[in-house]
Amino acid sequence: MPAYTQENVTDLVQGHRVHRDLYTSPEVYRLETQHLFRNVWMFVGHDSQTPNKGDYFTTQIADQPIIQVRHSDGEIHVLYNRCPHKGTKIAIDREGNTGKFFRCPYHAWSFKTDGCLLAIPLKKGYDGTTLKETENGKGMKAVGAVHNYRGFVFARLADEGISFEEFFGDSLSSIDNMVDRAPEGRMEVAGPPLRYMHKCNWKMLVENQTDTCHPMVAHESSAGTAVKIWDELGNPEPRPAAMQIIAPFMSAYDFFEGMGIRTWPNGHGHTGVQGSIHSDYDSIPGYFDAMTEAYGADMARAILDENRHNTVYFPNIMVKAPLGQLRNFIPMGADKTLVESYVYRPVGAPDALVARSAMYNRMINAPTSIVGHDDLEMYERAQEGLMSEGLEWVNVQRLYQEDEDFDVEAVENGTTERQMRNQFNAWAKFMTPQPSVPNAEAAE
Amino acid sequence: MTPSRDDLIDFIYAEARMLDEGHFSQWLDLWQPDGIYWMPLDYKQTDPDCITSLLYEDQFMLRLRVERLEGARTFSQKPKSRCHHVIQRPFVDVFEPEENRYQTNTSMHYVETRLDEQFLLALTAVHDLTVVDGALRIANKRVDLLNSDAAFGNIQLLP
Repeated sequence: MPAYTQENVTDLVQGHRVHRDLYTSPEVYRLETQHLFRNVWMFVGHDSQTPNKGDYFTTQIADQPIIQVRHSDGEIHVLYNRCPHKGTKIAIDREGNTGKFFRCPYHAWSFKTDGCLLAIPLKKGYDGTTLKETENGKGMKAVGAVHNYRGFVFARLADEGISFEEFFGDSLSSIDNMVDRAPEGRMEVAGPPLRYMHKCNWKMLVENQTDTCHPMVAHESSAGTAVKIWDELGNPEPRPAAMQIIAPFMSAYDFFEGMGIRTWPNGHGHTGVQGSIHSDYDSIPGYFDAMTEAYGADMARAILDENRHNTVYFPNIMVKAPLGQLRNFIPMGADKTLVESYVYRPVGAPDALVARSAMYNRMINAPTSIVGHDDLEMYERAQEGLMSEGLEWVNVQRLYQEDEDFDVEAVENGTTERQMRNQFNAWAKFMTPQPSVPNAEAAE
Repeated sequence: MTPSRDDLIDFIYAEARMLDEGHFSQWLDLWQPDGIYWMPLDYKQTDPDCITSLLYEDQFMLRLRVERLEGARTFSQKPKSRCHHVIQRPFVDVFEPEENRYQTNTSMHYVETRLDEQFLLALTAVHDLTVVDGALRIANKRVDLLNSDAAFGNIQLLP
């Protein structure tokens, strides 16, 4: 394996092919943590996970331990979960309320909820030292930048770089549609996320979100068997919610071709431009009335008629707007990814709506889900197969065109691999921060 | 027929053996048609609807799960998984013959293996049992994993 540097690692992406080391090399993963995950905007959590002052929630951005906390001024802050003294993780519970300050359990250094150093026991011991001038003396370090977009909290670790608006651009329309589906225009987290460990590279999971040529093959065992059993029962109507959720996975290629795929600059994109596997769910009693009251009938219908399938926010989350779901693919190493699948309650909507989303989540995204088993089997087989010395390159050539321009929005056939190429293009771009900085300045 | 406490306990052991030996269709026959198999995600979860669970499945979904295990294109079962239940003597928490209502509470260690991987789950299973046509049947089953909030790989068979 060659020695990768920031300069040559981007050679692994070559138009319609990417090198297998992108998925298997620990050195490439290390460069991702040093550059890619620092330069882009990464998902942290939802602000309803920390509704009150002092509420915090611990998570990680790739290998970085992170705290999302609600400060005394009501703002959300995102801090590294590390005492500036000797490195001890400050918060260990997944969530809690810390009151007005964090206190390190090792030497009782304490910090305001914006990270500023509050007090040190026996402070005199630092008289005549340079502690105040050091970075350690300032408190818990905050990430480079934080943005709360309609309740969804994102962070950029790097102090300088592309702005939030420039990075996401028009792709925010999927988050808008998800939140607009709440009659009160906001979401609340509905319980803990499903947590599912995958022994494969994080990029495989993200690519799979817009891979429309696998469902009818990989999911024949789950969705195909469901359709077969329902057939044996004489196709009784109405179909229960479970069948409405699982049967569309067996849709034919032409259905997915017709759905369309849209790509946006910086690696974002979505399946389901013209309808999707989520389009034909039964309506929930009382929901349209609540939406009409909030938005008027025309606007309500426009919001609900938008049925995007999976929206990938580069680098590592997927949002399902019609179901109020977000999946966070947290990289834990070259060959290890923690998947956290969240459901959000659209505030003001009937319980039955969130019940359907919770059902979808456990049927498709749980470690006990038969649909999830189908996918994980493929990822782990790919991770093992890529160790083969027989072939070096992975092919992403489907509906490839020479000179593709990823800086412009495009809508194409729903089975294209353009969105995967779009992600790899963004990957190469953000492994080096230089091109993004002038853009950020221009945007601000 | 009024079951004895031993009948209830023997039933729980027999169910575990059925799963360990891979007799999943026979296992489905133990269930009442409206029975639900629930495996909560959240410790002491009370709401199975608006909070996601690991499993909350009716007989249609359980049948799908079982038929899938035998499917020709069930790639995650090539080769097949195997499981093993080690159970402690069940407590009989509810014994109401006049209501035809019984409930057991059983601590178990569940081991599942496939290829070179083997994992262990510690769990408590609560069975609601009832007698139908002279035989015990599962009305509902709830399985609380000790580490329900941990991140797992595939759990493919039935704890």
